[in-house]
Amino acid sequence: MDAIVLQILNGLDKGSAYALIALGLTLIFGTLGVVNFAHGALFMIGAFCAVILQRIFKVSYLSDEPSGTDFLGNPKFEEVYYVNKWFGDAAGAWVQDWSVPLAILFAAPIMVFVGYAMERGLIKHFYKRPHADQILVTFGLAIVLQEVIKYFFGANPIQVSAPDALDGIVNIGEWLGLTVAYPVWRIVWFFFALTIIAAVFAFLQFTTFGMVVRAGMADRETVGLLGINIDKRFTLMFGLAAAVAGLAGVMYTPTLSPNYNIGMDFLVLSFVVVVVGGMGSLPGAVLAGFLLGILQSFASMNEVKSLLPGIDQIIIYLVAIVILLTRPRGLMGRKGVMED
Amino acid sequence: MKLFGLNQKDTRFLLIVIALTMLTPILLQPFAEGTALAQFNAGYPDLMQRFAIFGIFAIGFNILFGLTGYLSFGHAAFLGVGSYSAVWMFKLLSMNVLPAIILAIIISGLFALVIGYVSLRRSGIYFSILTLAFAQMSFNLAYSVLTPITNGETGLQLALDDPRILDATPTTSSLPVTNLFGLAMNSSTQVEFLGRVWTFQVGYYFCAVIAILAFYLSLRIFRSPFGLMLRAVKSNQQRMNYTGLNSRPYTLAAFVISGMYAGLAGGLLASMDPLAGAERMQWTASGEVVLMTILGGAGTLMGPVLGAGFIKYFENIFSKINDTILSQWFAFLPDGLEDFLIAIIYPFIGKGWHLTLGILFMLVVIFLPGGLVEGGQRIAKMFRRKSKDEVEASADTTPAE
Amino acid sequence: MGILEVKGVNKRFGGLQALGDVNLSIQENSVHAIIGPNGAGKSTLLNVLVGKLIPDSGSVMFDGQSVLGRKPHEICQMGISRVFQTPEIFTDLTVLENMLIPCFAKRDGAFALHPFETVQHEKSVIETAEAMLEEVKLLDKRHMHAAAMSRGDKRRLEMAMCLVQQPRLLLLDEPTAGMARADTNNTIDLLKEIQDKRDITMAIIEHDMHVVFSLAERITVLAQGTPLVEETPENIKGHPKVREAYLGEAQV
Repeated sequence: MDAIVLQILNGLDKGSAYALIALGLTLIFGTLGVVNFAHGALFMIGAFCAVILQRIFKVSYLSDEPSGTDFLGNPKFEEVYYVNKWFGDAAGAWVQDWSVPLAILFAAPIMVFVGYAMERGLIKHFYKRPHADQILVTFGLAIVLQEVIKYFFGANPIQVSAPDALDGIVNIGEWLGLTVAYPVWRIVWFFFALTIIAAVFAFLQFTTFGMVVRAGMADRETVGLLGINIDKRFTLMFGLAAAVAGLAGVMYTPTLSPNYNIGMDFLVLSFVVVVVGGMGSLPGAVLAGFLLGILQSFASMNEVKSLLPGIDQIIIYLVAIVILLTRPRGLMGRKGVMED
Repeated sequence: MKLFGLNQKDTRFLLIVIALTMLTPILLQPFAEGTALAQFNAGYPDLMQRFAIFGIFAIGFNILFGLTGYLSFGHAAFLGVGSYSAVWMFKLLSMNVLPAIILAIIISGLFALVIGYVSLRRSGIYFSILTLAFAQMSFNLAYSVLTPITNGETGLQLALDDPRILDATPTTSSLPVTNLFGLAMNSSTQVEFLGRVWTFQVGYYFCAVIAILAFYLSLRIFRSPFGLMLRAVKSNQQRMNYTGLNSRPYTLAAFVISGMYAGLAGGLLASMDPLAGAERMQWTASGEVVLMTILGGAGTLMGPVLGAGFIKYFENIFSKINDTILSQWFAFLPDGLEDFLIAIIYPFIGKGWHLTLGILFMLVVIFLPGGLVEGGQRIAKMFRRKSKDEVEASADTTPAE
Repeated sequence: MGILEVKGVNKRFGGLQALGDVNLSIQENSVHAIIGPNGAGKSTLLNVLVGKLIPDSGSVMFDGQSVLGRKPHEICQMGISRVFQTPEIFTDLTVLENMLIPCFAKRDGAFALHPFETVQHEKSVIETAEAMLEEVKLLDKRHMHAAAMSRGDKRRLEMAMCLVQQPRLLLLDEPTAGMARADTNNTIDLLKEIQDKRDITMAIIEHDMHVVFSLAERITVLAQGTPLVEETPENIKGHPKVREAYLGEAQV
């Protein structure tokens, strides 16, 4: 029983990442009708925002006065962090410790800007072009973004730590009488993901802006005929989708050390998630993300692997293939969409 | 003159291709050794082999993507399967490359039949995602579960104690080399003329002959009713179906054919260098052949070959340029300007080749979707005075290129 | 017994009864028009007739064989050809290539693999294609890109592509939609020619009454998913029920 709960939690952990990226992908596909192969790169950029902020906080200078001697007898100069100098030692240390959550504030505007720039600069020229062209140009963009990051940050994963207070392990199942040791940060991450998802849905459901977007997702032409400038709203939606992916990237860094290729890794899986959930269905994308995460988690249990070796690697793809063949509109896609 | 069932224009085309391919070792070494420009030579055996092999890969991919418009991200899986099959042939039967390649083609064809049958039940982006899923699945399986067949991460290699039933028992303690009925692939002859030494390698010529055959086949397909039907799939699948044609078997045939081309390329890769690794099967490796085809010009005859050659050539060149070479080039400039130029060029060379490739690819997709072939045609048009007949003749030439 | 027998076809979409108890009999070698106000269900009926839409109940028999649920290429193999509202042709191919495709389809069937043929060398197929192009006066445009043609020419090409396969039933979905007077008249002439020269049944869905009265031998009026009236053109003209369907009760 403990093992099962643990796997479910693991599944929700990965599943949250899938769900958030898939959510953004579906927003873009549903509103703009664009297949965005660069979406994984947005996740990656968010992760590197956290890295950048961490590095900013660790910028230091050598103090003027030596504070002692090193083992050779030469004067030793201390590295002093700027944040310490400006905010005092205690605050400085706190800022460094909490760099990941603080990165949310840092990354959000950056991601919105990146999304906005992408849409205005590139994507909007591809609305009328066939899906294949969209895939190709965003694929090219993903490569470019990934290589740029690789150039500046190297080819190795960069460790980013969660705040100390949230870095420990806790026994979740205590109140159920179980022993399930689980890292605190992953629980934080899960609730963060839920919050973002809830916020996006609330935004779409309860604001006028959101209502227009939902209408546009259902029938873009009619909305345009109503005299509503859907394009500007769509640009903002792209920025929003980028922000969702980016923030997911930020908060996932302690779990998965950012590297230039995490974008591509998540991209394939995210598309698979979107297809399973039903292209154009937001709840479908989220649901499929969590379900596939849990499925993958269970598939990696040793008991399962011994029965079906390698199943954890391919389970998601198998499910996608089965769904694409039997129910192409996905779990929650609209009826009649893509029923070839 | 008409040869092999081709019309006059195509025969000329084929002969030119044959001539160029046979003379490649000379044509790609225009600069004498030791000169500053010698680094731009491309006449190295393994580079030329790669031109031929990836040209074959791209030609096959073009038959699917260029003609039918179906974008597959999974063709690297067939490349990998071809390589693995060939290496297994080397281990079990013989170091003779011919059976290895034949097996590679057959196995990848079967593989493509299965994957194609399933994937083609959908079209458009769903098809692409299905091929993506299959490719990643194959890659993951090759890496982990199927290690008895693929040897996982290390890759499948030859060993001294391989059965090699049809070969004579080895006398030396070194690994045997791939050969064609005794003629070793890595052997070469050197000829001296024009004051320089030229190397002609068996391996390259083997690949080159196969590439010519592959090209000829694609030429025949382009000109056949079958090729016309494939273009109909891309042009208007609905009309095609209502004209009484079932588009499904046509696209499946194209898929299998392109899969076999990929398998052939994989088999040749292994024949030149007998090992096979799983990384050849990743979907991003599929991305490379997509790049080549689009860069060269999808749907044209020469496009994929040009694209493959272009990418492999510049991959080679760019990786070799580093900042010392750059500073040699720009030495004549004042220091400040020299440093500035080096600083901005630096990210795009050496290991930054992929960055350059990505940008180039984006530019092609955005501005020149017809690739290098379209670029060449546009330049040619600028030099030619356009007459009214040309408008109608161009309907003829566009597929020919 | 007509060549196309539609019996008791019903189709609901959610709360909307798109087709209600449709009975239709189209006689061989006749021209039968289906008219009706917007929303009457004409397009829905057409989709049922080509097997694309499966009705909730009822049957559609073409020459004794059921049409329902068949794939488009099977429909064509049965002898039914379809002309679309917007001309559906192979826009990035030349006119000749457009014509060659149905010719090859006629010769080879749904799928054939002749790996060593060259299009250029298939003289008889090319001759058939060019003869058909000559008939619709498009032969001199045969090397033109189909996309560059006028809409009227595209329509002629599409019809020629259907006719070259010698179908027994030609379904036309608003063939003159969006056309100017001149083009419409050309289309009417073309259809008249086809009607005279060939043994072919035509079912036309049309809005343009001029077209309908020039060509139709029988007219079915569809209103709110149900056939209201089926008559000859003369009897349709003054029919009160037809007036009512189009203009509403208030009209005197």
